[in-house]
Amino acid sequence: MDRHTLSVLVENKPGVLTRIAGMFARRNYNIHSLAVGPTDDPRVSRLTLVVGTEAVQLEQIVKQLNKLVHVLKIVELDAGESVQRELQLVKVAADAATRSQIIELADVFRAKIVDVDHDSITIEAAGNPGKLEAMIELLEPYGIREMVRSGTIALARGTKSITDGAKLRMQRVV
Amino acid sequence: MSGGKHTAPGTQVVTGAQAVIKSLEALGVDVVFGYPGGAIMPAYDPLLDAELTHVLVRHEQGAIHMAEGYAHATGEVGVCIVTSGPAATNLVTGLADAHMDSIPVLAITGQVARSAIGSDAFQEADVTGITMPITKHNELVQSPERIAAAIKEAYHVARSGRPGPVLVDIPKDVLNATLVWEWPERVDLPGYRPTVRGHGKMIREALQLIAQAQRPVIYAGGGLVRAGADEELHAFATRLGLPVVTTLMARGVFPDTHELAVGMPGMHGHYAGVKALQQTDLLVTLGARFDDRVTGSLEHFAPHAKVIHVDVDPAEIGKNRAVDVPIVGDVKVVLGQLLKVLDDKADDASFAPDAADWRRHLAEMKRDHPLRFEQPETGVLKPQTAIRAVHETWGDEAVYVSGVGQHQMWSAQHIPYTRGRQWINSGGLGTMGFAVPAAIGAKVGVGRDTPVVAIDGDGCFQMTFQELATAVQHDIPVVFCVVNNGYLGMVRQWQHLFYDDRLSQVALPQDCPDLMKLADAYGIPGFRVQTVDELDATLAKAHEITDQPVLVEFRVDPDEMVFPMVPSGASNDEVLESADEWRARLAASGQ
Ligand SMILES: Cc1ncc(C[n+]2csc(CCOP(=O)(O)OP(=O)(O)O)c2C)c(N)n1
Repeated sequence: MDRHTLSVLVENKPGVLTRIAGMFARRNYNIHSLAVGPTDDPRVSRLTLVVGTEAVQLEQIVKQLNKLVHVLKIVELDAGESVQRELQLVKVAADAATRSQIIELADVFRAKIVDVDHDSITIEAAGNPGKLEAMIELLEPYGIREMVRSGTIALARGTKSITDGAKLRMQRVV
Repeated sequence: MSGGKHTAPGTQVVTGAQAVIKSLEALGVDVVFGYPGGAIMPAYDPLLDAELTHVLVRHEQGAIHMAEGYAHATGEVGVCIVTSGPAATNLVTGLADAHMDSIPVLAITGQVARSAIGSDAFQEADVTGITMPITKHNELVQSPERIAAAIKEAYHVARSGRPGPVLVDIPKDVLNATLVWEWPERVDLPGYRPTVRGHGKMIREALQLIAQAQRPVIYAGGGLVRAGADEELHAFATRLGLPVVTTLMARGVFPDTHELAVGMPGMHGHYAGVKALQQTDLLVTLGARFDDRVTGSLEHFAPHAKVIHVDVDPAEIGKNRAVDVPIVGDVKVVLGQLLKVLDDKADDASFAPDAADWRRHLAEMKRDHPLRFEQPETGVLKPQTAIRAVHETWGDEAVYVSGVGQHQMWSAQHIPYTRGRQWINSGGLGTMGFAVPAAIGAKVGVGRDTPVVAIDGDGCFQMTFQELATAVQHDIPVVFCVVNNGYLGMVRQWQHLFYDDRLSQVALPQDCPDLMKLADAYGIPGFRVQTVDELDATLAKAHEITDQPVLVEFRVDPDEMVFPMVPSGASNDEVLESADEWRARLAASGQ
């Protein structure tokens, strides 16, 4: 099983997210992560879906997504040719003895300290999923109190944009 | 329509309810099947003045199956309209059915007022939520101005591309609000662009593959019926000499009487139909979807075959079976493209494969492995005999509609179908209770001159026979035949074969209800056939009645089973032609 990142442009209509999530549930496909947000066009939202699946099933997932009436465009973003980011907040146990070590560690990952208390530190980090996982691994021995991660968001590298052309060609059908 | 008051010249102010009716009229809809209630009541008022026929059903499931039957029989969108909550949830089975069999249906449901949505109001149900996975699309209309566009879009989505059911849910206050009437000139659905024409390169590749095949076969599916591609299929198959297997959903789209017809494949297919798919080296798949009831064990299905797959829904291509030549497009259009290339190449080396031996082989299989059943001269009536007699009585002009179970399979096997839309049944979902309402809807669609005969089981019939009243009230003269074997026959067959004949909850007393009294209660003629001798004379009497619904009951042998049969999950190579064969196989395996 490989991880595939799908970037999906959808019409900004009620229920779109339910339709997409429902399609995955109904067909027994697994969503690894899902992030949704607006684009520069208020009529269009962009979803980034990470799915763990084989290539054959990926093709079926893309085809089934394409059948949803409000889905405008789907592209798979190759990990090597795209910028992929997640945001992570992690609250780590920290006392006077460990605090500076943890801060140093955060520095190495170019993470930010966003909250400090007597016995904990909250770190904000952004990066590709691999980097965030590596950071967690190193923080683990100190005691992770709580953490939260956004889904992956991604853009292709270079000048190309998937919104080119697809940007609501409010097209005449009938 | 009484219409709304005019304000400025050229503008007409109407209620949302009037907009619903005007939209249906603008689309050319002439009949809707429905049932009123609180939330939809505003729309029932303008209906009184509309150019629409409304058929009042007895259960909302009846309304949607009628809409389906109408769509099956005519190829047009079937429309039903019901109220919110329990009425809308009564549509669920029919929506799922239409979704599975790609039937174009438009369902309009009432919803509680916008201000009450989400409050668990009286008769509130999240209908768009409930029906999302079983509709092609649906919409909760949020403003009166949106009504016309929502209905126009729904109608367009229902009938185009791969057809299917679309639901429009309209809150009561939206129906009561007023708006300036405007019929949208076009449909704006930027994400919806079905591919209609096949890719030229793929068309050529397909023809080349066919030319090289030795044992090609057309695997013809319901998509051909949906597309109305009878003629193109006929031209294509005969031009290249390709044998044709028609699935349960495609029966008739290629005439069973044609010498290239090989029959039905699948779990209860004709022997030659099943074997043709197993032995072929090239499956020319047209509007079919490799359903598990056709393929049996997928890994053993058509093991020697390359695959050409034509389908309007790209997601069907490669879903269950890897494909050598995929062609996305409307199968009628694609067949036209294939024929065009053949025409252009008339003088070139023919694309017709050298398949004379194969055709001879299939013809021999057809001859040597006919459907097997024995009808004793006297005594018990076999269901197959009854169904054959029904066909002899109402003939090739009639449309046949079935329920789900043994009678469905016998009807699919024993009646020679000669055109698409002549055979209507619930294939994908296998919905008991489909026949009575679907036959009523079909009859509304085909009109007076074409007989519509429902062939139902005693179990199925009891699920929806309340719609007999609808047929009577609206003067819809369907012939309702009930094959009464006193059992949930198909379940009993499985219990007999796979559960050591331990019959659990499958007996239905053959005389409860007394169907003749039931016919009487509905005020329609009832006929009962109990023996072979009575068959022809009784059917002749029933046949004479063409101006009102008729009920014919066949009391048949409860022990009769459907064969051929491929046991569930087995390879199609293991097709059984009789129960004896099954017992011999069990004995040989030491069970
Ligand atoms: C709504 C629904 N419930 C249950 C089933 C399972 N089922 C399939 S066939 C069958 C028996 C049908 O009996 P009957 O209508 O008497 O027809 P027969 O098989 O005897 O011809 C049943 C219960 C179904 N297909 N649909």
